Amino acid sequence: MSNKFLRATLVAAVLGAAPALAADISGAGATFPYPIYAKWADAYKTQTGNGLNYQSIGSGGGIKQIIANTVTFGASDKPLKVEELEKNGLVQWPQVMGGIVPIINIEGVGNEQLVLDGPALAKIFLGEIKTWNDPAIASLNPTLKLSDTPIAVVHRSDGSGTTFNFTDYLAKVSADWKSKVGSDSAVEWPVGLAAKGNEGVANTVANTKGSIGYVEYAYAKQNKIPFADLVNKEGAKVSPTVESFQAAAANADWENAPGYYQILTNQPGAKSWPITAATFILVHKQPKDPAAVGEALKFFNWAFKNGAKDAEALDYIPMPDNVIGMIRTTWATEIKGVDGKLVFKGD
Amino acid sequence: MTQAVLSDHIAAAHGDARARALKGFKLGDVAFHVLTKSSAIAVLLLLGGVIVSLVHGSAPALGEFGFGFLTSQAWNPVTEKFGAGPAIYGTLVISFLALLIAAPMGFGIAVFLTELCPHVLRRPIGVAIELLAGIPSIIYGIWGMFVLAPVLQTTLQPWLINGFADIPVLNDLFAGPPYGIGIFTASIILAIMILPLIASISRDVFETVPPVLKEAAYGIGCTKWEVMRSIVAPYTGVGLVGGVMLALGRALGETMAVTFVIGNAHKIHASILGPGTTISATIANEFTEADGAMYTSSLIALGLVLFVITFFVLAASRLLLARIKRQEGR
Repeated sequence: MSNKFLRATLVAAVLGAAPALAADISGAGATFPYPIYAKWADAYKTQTGNGLNYQSIGSGGGIKQIIANTVTFGASDKPLKVEELEKNGLVQWPQVMGGIVPIINIEGVGNEQLVLDGPALAKIFLGEIKTWNDPAIASLNPTLKLSDTPIAVVHRSDGSGTTFNFTDYLAKVSADWKSKVGSDSAVEWPVGLAAKGNEGVANTVANTKGSIGYVEYAYAKQNKIPFADLVNKEGAKVSPTVESFQAAAANADWENAPGYYQILTNQPGAKSWPITAATFILVHKQPKDPAAVGEALKFFNWAFKNGAKDAEALDYIPMPDNVIGMIRTTWATEIKGVDGKLVFKGD
Repeated sequence: MTQAVLSDHIAAAHGDARARALKGFKLGDVAFHVLTKSSAIAVLLLLGGVIVSLVHGSAPALGEFGFGFLTSQAWNPVTEKFGAGPAIYGTLVISFLALLIAAPMGFGIAVFLTELCPHVLRRPIGVAIELLAGIPSIIYGIWGMFVLAPVLQTTLQPWLINGFADIPVLNDLFAGPPYGIGIFTASIILAIMILPLIASISRDVFETVPPVLKEAAYGIGCTKWEVMRSIVAPYTGVGLVGGVMLALGRALGETMAVTFVIGNAHKIHASILGPGTTISATIANEFTEADGAMYTSSLIALGLVLFVITFFVLAASRLLLARIKRQEGR
């Protein structure tokens, strides 16, 4: 409670100090979609004058903050189950999709030169494969010259939807991982350094020789950190590209997913990137401040309409049109003020 | 008689003024007394307030996890299971290793400065040590992460790992992989940070040795080493330990520099090259994101543990330093 109070006072202090910010839409959560939300927010502000104040504190934080009602919307790469949504009176929808890539720092190995498969990745993160010239890696990379450099694993220190999707994938491809570690937004890692946020993992890998980590694709691309290709469920080698993310995302059957609960890892299809994920927005069904949620919905609706190009430029995948239609229906039927009035006015 | 009356009168008038003046002084004295006393009491109240709020804040976590909190290795914000084991272990181990490196060096610097150093060099070296103490800890952190860690990762750490690979016990202590950052690197950074403290306290302590003792020793033909070993060291032993304890107090609470290079892993590794965490690094890293009462409370409980450890270390160092003061007086 004191924590909530502290945050409330902090927010009050910030708002009091800068009244211009008072109209901003406030949100917090996943670091995975932060680059695209920041870009959208920038474009939206120039067009409408309304700003977005998004704190990329990790999905775990986003879920907790929206439940505690300290932000207008929460963002998470880990979808909440229908029971959890109902218990907390929340509505969730997928806003954008993207891919998670293993990033590496090995001397003499450039971008997309290394190939890994699911079981090898799981063994690396279990600490069972200790050097880069391990037979399990060498057999996947017959032409690559790998030294006996020890592998330094880097993972997240905070509760993270990126971790949720990454560990979900490892649990799907490795029985050992499933029984020893499991999948969640924070797990008890057997080995490795921990860093905060996608940014922290990217920096630590860039700075540590022989290391491997996992980040949202945009972080690897923008920081120019070499990443590895993966072997997918069909046994085909795939590169992380918009096409391979899209191929995986196309499998998603949103219509039959109550509460939009979908995990997109390890999808079938020869072109599918195996660690693809959707990232979700959470708002209260019956918000305390319907006007603020209305503004937030306006922003997300604007993003659905005008944000696709920006998303693709950063290698995120926009939601398909039919799903956007479903989401608008959800907004128009489920989110209501205390007086029963609809919060989303449509286009 | 008139004269006597007059002088009585004068005395009375004089006494009046004197009484008034004295009263004024007394008022001033009382005000001064109250002012200084309340300042002093404010410190006690602050300390008491800190203790009370730490205990109050940590009550939920300590109530939930009990004494197991001190030893448990669990740290999972999602399932809300927390234990302070790795943080306490990391704090104690890096402080101990830092002392192991910094104490001999600090003593060496102090001996050189007080006994052996030519006068020309004495000032530059003294100033350099003071400057070292003045560098903000965040700069040590950045330097440690971007300069020291990559160098250690490619040079000293592989050498240690390979060199001790066949020696039992030591091969566990120096087991790979070389991460660059970790307990070992944090200890080195910490050692550099507490070195000026140990050097300057030891120098002050060495200067308390009465010159007559040293001169007498030199007079009977002792070498410089013999003088240090048999005269200076026994005379100042307690003070040196006190200085080291003060440095330990600083090392235990050091946050920023350590946070950069410790690796943030909530796990106890046998290898000192492995990543770890400390109490203050955990709090600094995670407090902003601590959502949920149990998470926040666990972090505050960590703070309480650090408070208790530091309190005992500082109390012990005070005791030892007080003893050398008494020695000086005899």
